Amino acid sequence: MSAESTDSRQQAAAAKQVLAGVDPVPGVAKPDAIFRGDSIQRSFGGLVAVDVAHLEIQRNTITALIGPNGAGKTTFFNVITGFDPPNAGTWEFEGHSLARKPAYRVARDGMVRTFQLTKVLSKLTVLENMRLGAQDQRGEGLFSALVPGVWRRQERENTERALELLKKFNLTHVKDEFAGALSGGQRKLLEMARAMMANPTMLMLDEPMAGVNPALTQSLLEHIKELREEGLTIFFIEHDMDMVRDVSDWVVVMAQGSVIAEGSPGHVMRDQVVIDAYLGAHHDVALTESGESLTRKADA
Amino acid sequence: MDWLSIFQNSFTQMVGVAAVVYCLAALGLNIQFGYAGLLNFGQAGFAAIGAYAVAVLVVTAGWPLWLAILMGVVGAIIFGLLLGVPTLRLRADYLAIVTIAAAEIVRQVARSVTLNDYLGGSDGITGKYAADWYALNPFDGFEWFIFRFSKNDLWVVINGWILVAIIALITWLLMRSPWGRVLKGIREDEDAVRSLGKNVYLYKMQALILGGVIGALAGVIFAMAAQSVQPDNYSTTLTFYVYVIVILGGAARVFGPIVGAMIFWFLLVFISEVLNNAVRGGFISSDILSTDQIGQVRFMLVGLGLMLLMIFRPQGIFGDKKELALDER
Repeated sequence: MSAESTDSRQQAAAAKQVLAGVDPVPGVAKPDAIFRGDSIQRSFGGLVAVDVAHLEIQRNTITALIGPNGAGKTTFFNVITGFDPPNAGTWEFEGHSLARKPAYRVARDGMVRTFQLTKVLSKLTVLENMRLGAQDQRGEGLFSALVPGVWRRQERENTERALELLKKFNLTHVKDEFAGALSGGQRKLLEMARAMMANPTMLMLDEPMAGVNPALTQSLLEHIKELREEGLTIFFIEHDMDMVRDVSDWVVVMAQGSVIAEGSPGHVMRDQVVIDAYLGAHHDVALTESGESLTRKADA
Repeated sequence: MDWLSIFQNSFTQMVGVAAVVYCLAALGLNIQFGYAGLLNFGQAGFAAIGAYAVAVLVVTAGWPLWLAILMGVVGAIIFGLLLGVPTLRLRADYLAIVTIAAAEIVRQVARSVTLNDYLGGSDGITGKYAADWYALNPFDGFEWFIFRFSKNDLWVVINGWILVAIIALITWLLMRSPWGRVLKGIREDEDAVRSLGKNVYLYKMQALILGGVIGALAGVIFAMAAQSVQPDNYSTTLTFYVYVIVILGGAARVFGPIVGAMIFWFLLVFISEVLNNAVRGGFISSDILSTDQIGQVRFMLVGLGLMLLMIFRPQGIFGDKKELALDER
């Protein structure tokens, strides 16, 4: 086990080093991309919500997707996971195309997501929520379900795995509660643990830390880093910059539907384009009494 | 007042032919509405297909009964596919609209003048189509304390409740399996289930068809018990009574529809018997209530009872109040 984990740790470190050599420009090619997207577009009426020319995500890294409100981050997530049909675009995951595949196929292929507004299944217990996440269950066929002998052993194995994950995510004590009875933060944890049950190769988290208390955030961050060490690729949307800086190897910035910058966390946060997108292009210009003088100053 | 006859009629109807038929239809609806959250308002249509398959194929086409029943099941599967293919990808309420309309289409087609020669129009089809099956009956009538059945009714009721038991067993097996877990997950949030790699559309289709087939069996039993089918027995009223039964017993509970159907029919018969006796015995003045109004008044009283149930026990007889409270968060 230790040999394997040091091995994967070295892998992670290696991936980070490889990324250090990548040019921090939007749409740059990565040496070992697990995901590649091209000219992905989604518009609602006249509003172009997503218009991503090219994006690659490096395997076995933690990539953050940031951007001001309304930048199209969640819509981009929805499109590439099959929850929202794109107007145009192609994308591939581990070399095969996922474009226009239904959401359940995307998940089966190893791209598993969570939701910004948590979707726990309220009237199922926490443990049942977890078991639902397991893939290739023999008892999920209508006819095999009638014969418990067919699926009982697999169910036991899934339960064991679920209990291990619940322990990792500090949810063991609520395993028999209805998921609807959990607090907001616990729901976030459950959703992440449930996604892990599906054995993803790339885990996509939509604001995993929103509403989770700071102490728990720390342990969640550790979990996320651990997942990378286990060989997963993590792509997540987050607003909390401290967390982004702490955990991510690479940061992609979206604004008004397109990728405006990418790079290491340190680089992106100094990038003028990013600061402008968040704060407005004239944020460092002193406000005067009349708006006109502001324009004049900026022009000059 | 003749209390013995009141209780005799009420308890007999509690487990009688109508209770069996409604119980079967409710078992089917419970899978669709209770477990999968599908708003199927066309259960009467599924029942009509089962009933007409038996009546038409045996009387008109001269097929053996078992083959006709099988065709009723096949008919229900096709009907389920027709309803499900266009609507199950859409939001839940579309299914409700389509199913209620489709069930009415089935009924209107059955009573249409054009098809009079095949389907019997509004009079339906009457004939001895289950004669062979009745001939198998080894029992005579049955009378014990407050239960009283004629020879034929007894045969229908025995077979009917055995069928109910089998279907309840299948439901129980299914709902404790991973298949049932996916179904309950879909009821809660289908996007979450989709994000975990489950083909939600397929599961919804399976649930719709399985529930529909059970509904068709209700129609088959109904037709065999009455030895006739009338289109107006399969109006939306049937669907709504079945909903009442499911909610009364507690949705998503295996025994909910069974107990619900028993209580529903007991109350319906009990109230009308009591009122009938009271009016005839002079306890209620005929100025206030005449015997031919009792049929309507009993539904008012049952409705009142249901309202009280919804206020004081919204989860139904078997439901779990804790589960219901989760919706309010």
